[in-house]
Amino acid sequence: MKPMPSASKKLSVAGVYAALTVVSLIMLVPFLWMLSTSFKQPQDIFTYPPQLIPPVFRFQNYVDVFTLIPFHRFYFNSVYISFVVVAGTVFFASLAGYAFAKIPFTGRNAVFLVLLSAMMIPHEVTAIPMFLSMRDLGWIDTHLPLILLPIFGAGGVFGIFVMRQFFITIPTELEEAAMIDGCNRFRIYWKIMLPIARPGMATLTIFTFVTIWNEFFDPLIFINTRELMTLPLGLSLFTDEVGTSWHYLMSATVMATVPLLIVFFLAQKRFIEGVAMTGLKE
Amino acid sequence: MNRKVNKRKKGPLAREAQLTGWLFISPMLLGFTLLLLFPMGKALYMSLHDWPLLGEHRYVGLDNYTEIAVDPLFWKVFGNTATFTLGLVPFNIVLALMLALLLSKSLKGIGIFRTAIFVPVMTSLIVWSIVWKYMFATDSGLINQLLMMFNIKGAAWLYDEKLAMPAVIVTSVLKNVGLNMVLFIAAIQQVSRSLYEAAELDGAGKTKTFFNVTLPMITPTVFLTVVMTVIGSLKVFGQIYVMTQGGPNNSTKVLVYYIWEKAFKLFQMGYASALAFVLFFVVLILTLLQWQLRKRWVFNETDA
Repeated sequence: MKPMPSASKKLSVAGVYAALTVVSLIMLVPFLWMLSTSFKQPQDIFTYPPQLIPPVFRFQNYVDVFTLIPFHRFYFNSVYISFVVVAGTVFFASLAGYAFAKIPFTGRNAVFLVLLSAMMIPHEVTAIPMFLSMRDLGWIDTHLPLILLPIFGAGGVFGIFVMRQFFITIPTELEEAAMIDGCNRFRIYWKIMLPIARPGMATLTIFTFVTIWNEFFDPLIFINTRELMTLPLGLSLFTDEVGTSWHYLMSATVMATVPLLIVFFLAQKRFIEGVAMTGLKE
Repeated sequence: MNRKVNKRKKGPLAREAQLTGWLFISPMLLGFTLLLLFPMGKALYMSLHDWPLLGEHRYVGLDNYTEIAVDPLFWKVFGNTATFTLGLVPFNIVLALMLALLLSKSLKGIGIFRTAIFVPVMTSLIVWSIVWKYMFATDSGLINQLLMMFNIKGAAWLYDEKLAMPAVIVTSVLKNVGLNMVLFIAAIQQVSRSLYEAAELDGAGKTKTFFNVTLPMITPTVFLTVVMTVIGSLKVFGQIYVMTQGGPNNSTKVLVYYIWEKAFKLFQMGYASALAFVLFFVVLILTLLQWQLRKRWVFNETDA
């Protein structure tokens, strides 16, 4: 049985809702404004007072974006680079994470500690020598640095950490049983451990994907050709070029944002938990 | 007899563990050596040189570092980075904490608010910065248009030396406050119910309960989050690049922007490396502090 809420309690609940509504609106209005502007005619952008619903819907903005910039290429590059980096990180980090958690080899803890301490190296420190090395290899203006650096650099080390934490919680009996049955380590890892570690892999996938999808610094220094740019870099260049043609900029940002947000809404709980879990450990 | 069998069985297995253990970590170890360790050493080496993009590099000892110490632009940049950090961190943490407190109540429809506040975290920083550049635009920006409805003439936010940095700070707080909020909600939800019941029995009010129960219990999370947010703020780059390009008149030029400019626009790679090491030392100190604090708290937690 619930006690009747008193007047003051009702009031405070109303206050909570009011405060949350205000903050949420501040967060959401930019998105609504982005959507609204993306359909506006150029002359309607400067009209006063501001209009949330465009007087005339100009769908052509979206079409024009593709002729102004190779938007589909940005998109494709972002999608495929994120995919490769996520797959690579999850595979190599879980392999190493499993070894660090479950295989008793000499020097295990020392190596792990060295790896962990490298996580504090700011990316900006290694980026400068990396730029020179990539130039010597002829890999500037290719996607190789954008793929290799996150998989095997700090992102990978972070992945090892996440996966190790996860594997440690799995009881050893399972492996022992499999080993008696004559399974080798790789089979145990592949057939037994990985399926159990799916939640850990999901967390790492989300975290890596969000990081890579939004990565800006590396593409900025390694990529020069438009066709090879990722979405964030391409969009920032577009911003420099079109200046105050906000209708074009907003249609481009809508297209860059909406698909990801749909994925986020579908898997919201997983996303938030994953970020909370990895965020605390970073 | 039995012992002998055991030993023989253990031998090859242990050897197998050595081999596979190192084999499994070898790809990551190799990558780590080539892509982190080696560049780290090379950056240190470069910071002791005059290193143009093309042509010979020349050993200059600690000259780059002494030059940094008397570089007025560096101190300006250093101050800007400090302003950004000191402006962002308290604002971000207090807001995140307040939102977390409100959202950890079990009220109807509260999930919608949590989602709304978390959405910017999921949005690309570059997209978010472009949209806010538009929001802050002098003539066409929503903020100034709304101000105009109250007959207030809005400022040229991003073109005013005094206002550009606050505008970037607000944009950054709104982008990331949801992340810290989620971390705080997770911490608050782990505080034991019985503590609140005890507080209620003792007749403690809401404010008292917050300061005497909730806050002490989530202090470890708050401190770790503060350190993480500080480190993140020291590395701010994307929003500055998109919104102000370090201007007007260098008023928003921060450390990483300066490093990027020196290295990849002016190609003073040696000087830029030395600047990067300054950043590294600051981050290093903060990280060590964080580890120290974490060790203490982990110990306390098992103690309790």
